[in-house]
Amino acid sequence: MNILVCIKQVPDMESKFKVGGDGLWYDSADLAWRMNEYDEYAVEQAVQLKEKTGADLTVLCIGPERVKETMKKALAMGCDRGVHVADDASYRKDPFSIASIIAEFARSKNFDLIFTGMQSQDRGSAQVGVLAAEMLGLPSITTIVGFSFEEGKITVKRELEGGVKAKVTSPVPALVTCQLGLNTPRYPTLPNIMKAKKKELVSVAVSELLKSEAVQETKAVYFPEKKGGGLVLEGDAGDLADRLIKILKEKTAVLA
Amino acid sequence: MKLLLVGEYREGKLQGSVNDLMAFAQKMGAESAMFLVGTEGDVPKFAGTLYLADVKKYGEYNPAVHKELLLSAVAQAKADMVVFSHSSYGWDLAPRVAYALKASQVSEVVDVVDGMPVAPVCNSKLRRTVQPKTAVTVLTLQGGAFNLDGEPLGTPVIEKIETAAASALVFGGYEQAEQGGVDLTKAQVIVSAGRGIGKPENIAIIAGLAKALKGEYGASRPVVDAEWADHNRQVGTTGQTVSPKLYVACGISGAIQHLAGMKKSEFVVAINTDKDAPIGEVADVLVVADLKVFVPLLTDKINAL
Repeated sequence: MNILVCIKQVPDMESKFKVGGDGLWYDSADLAWRMNEYDEYAVEQAVQLKEKTGADLTVLCIGPERVKETMKKALAMGCDRGVHVADDASYRKDPFSIASIIAEFARSKNFDLIFTGMQSQDRGSAQVGVLAAEMLGLPSITTIVGFSFEEGKITVKRELEGGVKAKVTSPVPALVTCQLGLNTPRYPTLPNIMKAKKKELVSVAVSELLKSEAVQETKAVYFPEKKGGGLVLEGDAGDLADRLIKILKEKTAVLA
Repeated sequence: MKLLLVGEYREGKLQGSVNDLMAFAQKMGAESAMFLVGTEGDVPKFAGTLYLADVKKYGEYNPAVHKELLLSAVAQAKADMVVFSHSSYGWDLAPRVAYALKASQVSEVVDVVDGMPVAPVCNSKLRRTVQPKTAVTVLTLQGGAFNLDGEPLGTPVIEKIETAAASALVFGGYEQAEQGGVDLTKAQVIVSAGRGIGKPENIAIIAGLAKALKGEYGASRPVVDAEWADHNRQVGTTGQTVSPKLYVACGISGAIQHLAGMKKSEFVVAINTDKDAPIGEVADVLVVADLKVFVPLLTDKINAL
């Protein structure tokens, strides 16, 4: 069995963001980078399947040199090898272009299963996995919170609104996009971090894999206007508590 | 411009999100038709053509088949913009349709400025204006971003849609959320814990304030995913939608999925160290403080009243 997991490196969402110099994305300076949260669940599920079936597991990531640090985490979690698609301009690529790169890479490799996150935390398009599957002519199932593999078929649970789940079965090859809560992503152990340093991590130039044109472009990135209205309280904690209690007494009936 | 609005049908019912789609059409001032895999007995009020496929024949979830049905409706309606809700149905089906139509898709649209869709970036901390470069565009709309002016009116003209397409996917039915335990929808006061509580032991701080206010404690998704709180305490799109008299959000940054579940609360207090957190957008009062210090202090003072 042959598995691919696609990951993205994103900034910590608690960062103080600034608009970048070209006005088309956030400034990448002074940010702490990590694995896209959804992709951690994808990696964990892929590693669990590898452990169960003895499959071979490749992790793919598109981006500048720094994304290799995130790939090393995936290798330490249990992926066998890494393919880094080197692209300093990946932040400007639309979901269609990113999916094209993945599909071009995967086309001749006969992957039985491809795992992705259901979306990235920064761009949040929720398109790349499904588009890549369409390009490859594979069935895809999005937003999974449950996964099992038996006798050449996957059975997954899709998360719907209001806590409802839908059970779906598909033959492989297939692609699934992973939702938060699918499993409990493992922390890489020190021995596995050491082992990961010896695993294969090759870089491929993006020009070798990108054969299509973008279908959209970003015109501007900016901060939303503050709707205001809300009162902002700052200062000493004791004083803040007194002020808040006064407001709750005036505006709500809960302290009556 | 001609819009095709994609309605949703689940567990035997037309979903209310169809109003958001009509609100978008209203804002665009564009002619629109509608598509639904549903049933003739439960169609939306809509003054236009409804391309209707029979849900009994094609199922509620069967994306490869729904794609073919929708493509047929797009061709018949001569639509150049296909509009979905950004929902588990919409984000699953939209990219399939976009790829087949060689269309550019913009996801989770919150606004349209100068004819261009605007989408959130980084948990709504930033916004992005997008210029599609294709003849047909596909959009998914953020829930609640577009509000209908007035009530929907009219009776749709129904055009039946058929396909011979089949799919290898097998839908195995729904699984309802676990019942039992606390019912947040009935609570008058909810104090919710977000990722900002830092560690599971701090749930006690949040529960303490909830008790002092004679309410219940809730949690955001990351807290529930980390198993620091039960799923029936989760507030947001995939948990409970609540509307208490008072909602206190502690260490919750305010992802849209959370806001969607609590923005109908009568009075919202947010406690956060980040003054710029998106939760501030819906808060009546934002207390800029470390919840681990502030909440126990507040609880003591309330208990002493």
